[in-house]
Amino acid sequence: MAGGRESEAVIRVRGLVNAFGDQVLHDHLDLDVYRGEVLGVVGGSGTGKSVLLRSIIGLNEIRSGTIEVFGRNTAHLSDAEMREIEMRWGVLFQEGALFSSQTIAENIQVPLREYLNMSQELMNEIASMKLSLVGLPENAAPKHPSELSGGMKKRAGLARALALDPEIVFLDEPTAGLDPISANMFDELVKDLQKSLNLTVFMVTHDLDTLRATTDRIAVLVDRHIVVGTMDELRRNPHPWIQEYFSGPRGRAAA
Amino acid sequence: MSTAHDTTPSTARARLRMERKPRLLRLVAEGEWTTRDAAALDAQLHALQLGDAPDAEIDGMGLDRIDSAGAWLLVRTKRDWEARGKRVAPIALPEIYGPLLHAVEHEHTAPPVVIHDRHTLRAFVERVGRATIHGMQQGIGILGYIGRVTVETTEAIYHPRGNLRVAALIHQIEETGLNALPIVGLLAFLIGIVLAYQGADQLKRFGAEIFTINLLGVGLLRELGGLVTAIIVAGRSGSAFTAQIGTMRVNEEIDAMQTIGINTVDALVLPRILGLVVALPLLTFYADIMGLMGGAFMCYFDLGFTIPVFMRQLQEAITVNTFMVGMIKAPVFAFIIGLVGCFEGLQVERNAASVGRLTTRSVVESIFLVIVLDAGFSILFSIIGI
Repeated sequence: MAGGRESEAVIRVRGLVNAFGDQVLHDHLDLDVYRGEVLGVVGGSGTGKSVLLRSIIGLNEIRSGTIEVFGRNTAHLSDAEMREIEMRWGVLFQEGALFSSQTIAENIQVPLREYLNMSQELMNEIASMKLSLVGLPENAAPKHPSELSGGMKKRAGLARALALDPEIVFLDEPTAGLDPISANMFDELVKDLQKSLNLTVFMVTHDLDTLRATTDRIAVLVDRHIVVGTMDELRRNPHPWIQEYFSGPRGRAAA
Repeated sequence: MSTAHDTTPSTARARLRMERKPRLLRLVAEGEWTTRDAAALDAQLHALQLGDAPDAEIDGMGLDRIDSAGAWLLVRTKRDWEARGKRVAPIALPEIYGPLLHAVEHEHTAPPVVIHDRHTLRAFVERVGRATIHGMQQGIGILGYIGRVTVETTEAIYHPRGNLRVAALIHQIEETGLNALPIVGLLAFLIGIVLAYQGADQLKRFGAEIFTINLLGVGLLRELGGLVTAIIVAGRSGSAFTAQIGTMRVNEEIDAMQTIGINTVDALVLPRILGLVVALPLLTFYADIMGLMGGAFMCYFDLGFTIPVFMRQLQEAITVNTFMVGMIKAPVFAFIIGLVGCFEGLQVERNAASVGRLTTRSVVESIFLVIVLDAGFSILFSIIGI
């Protein structure tokens, strides 16, 4: 977990092919995500950013290729082994995907209750601690998701994703739909948590400010393949879409 | 007595050890303090005997790994000891866990969350109270809505300012009437069969099997034809109204219509209610015929009554009044089903879950109201002697 092992790939995607009907989204795509890094995934609409994320976490059946998480090929795992891996990652879906019939506190306790035999008292303490970590006030705990704003829902979703102290966190457009101030705060939060919990973050985003503020490397989905690099490296990439993206008016503003 | 150790046989991964000196209490945490073993560690920490040393230390330098739950247990122990009057030195952790410890110790001061048990008597009483008040508000809401729809309907009929959408109306008649023919016909036919079979079975004992036809005629035309059709339509179309209008609410389509200046009652509610008011009597008539056919079918096979015998007895058993009593209820049922379906649809909040909840509620309420109205009609007819 400690530093000095930066080169270890916790996610290794090789030769991934995803297609819906005739439309090929990913054509033999390779990607490594290293421990402790924040990787941003960008791409135009319909290039399969979310599909890539869903493929890695096993929600999308892939056509061919291999996906290794923590060095294990997820296609060859038994249900019990898959659960072991699922305990080691957390996912924040776009709209938070909080369970609407439960309060925020209960939502955070769902993974704890599901996997671990904890006393209710300890779960209550941990839920409160997670709320503090993601910067939610304590009066959010007894509320239902429908009573929260979009930004608070995302924080609550992040708190649930962090419930088991995962090693990898997947974020699907975490700042989409947030006002710039909330988005900045969320960026700070991701950075802080990444540092304090030593997380590996896989983040699908469109937000150039988020990319600049939080990511170590950026993976760009273009032409059914992936181009990975730091923001500066990508700015020098001659591909027209990448040029347009990073050197267009918004890209320059975020520089 | 210089040093006492009490090592607890912890899980292989997480270990904790107490070192006791006369003036110093030392907690040594080793191994991997993670969420997985938090429950076991929690139990051990709760069972610790503190003793009366004034100073205390928490030493986590030997930890291989710690996560936020582990850090919380250390922080909680420190706070707990401080509350009991000990001087506790800052928690010692390997340097890389500095940010984690800082986050848990300094940014988290909130008390544990409180989870309310939903299974207590108090919660039950509270739910009953809430439901009662909600039911009353619902009743007032529907009453107001009946008023509004009645006014708009009358206006649309007496002063057609082009606000009656004919295409939408016809579409609704097709959707709720024509498309319901197979299911309504089949069910009415089957009910005719069941009624004839049960009636014949009982009446045979008195040698009065011919009166099976009376039972069929009166039962179907006065009551069952209309009631069964209304219940099917409530399940089929009432729910569809709620789901359609509710989905439009979730998508903000209703709001968009209002900003464009479209009257939602004109555009969405009236075509549905009026369409149903036209379609349900027709469906009821059709159900009456299909039910009688089912009855005739059963009478032929079970009792050997031919069609002419059946027709002659039927003519004696029923009058035009019998038929009209059944038919007059249909538009009223239709109005209520359409009204409840649309009303509940407009109650939907901006989340997908409420579409499902209100659709269920719409079906239950409209079937309930249909049966209540049917009973009301029976009482009314018995008073005026039809």
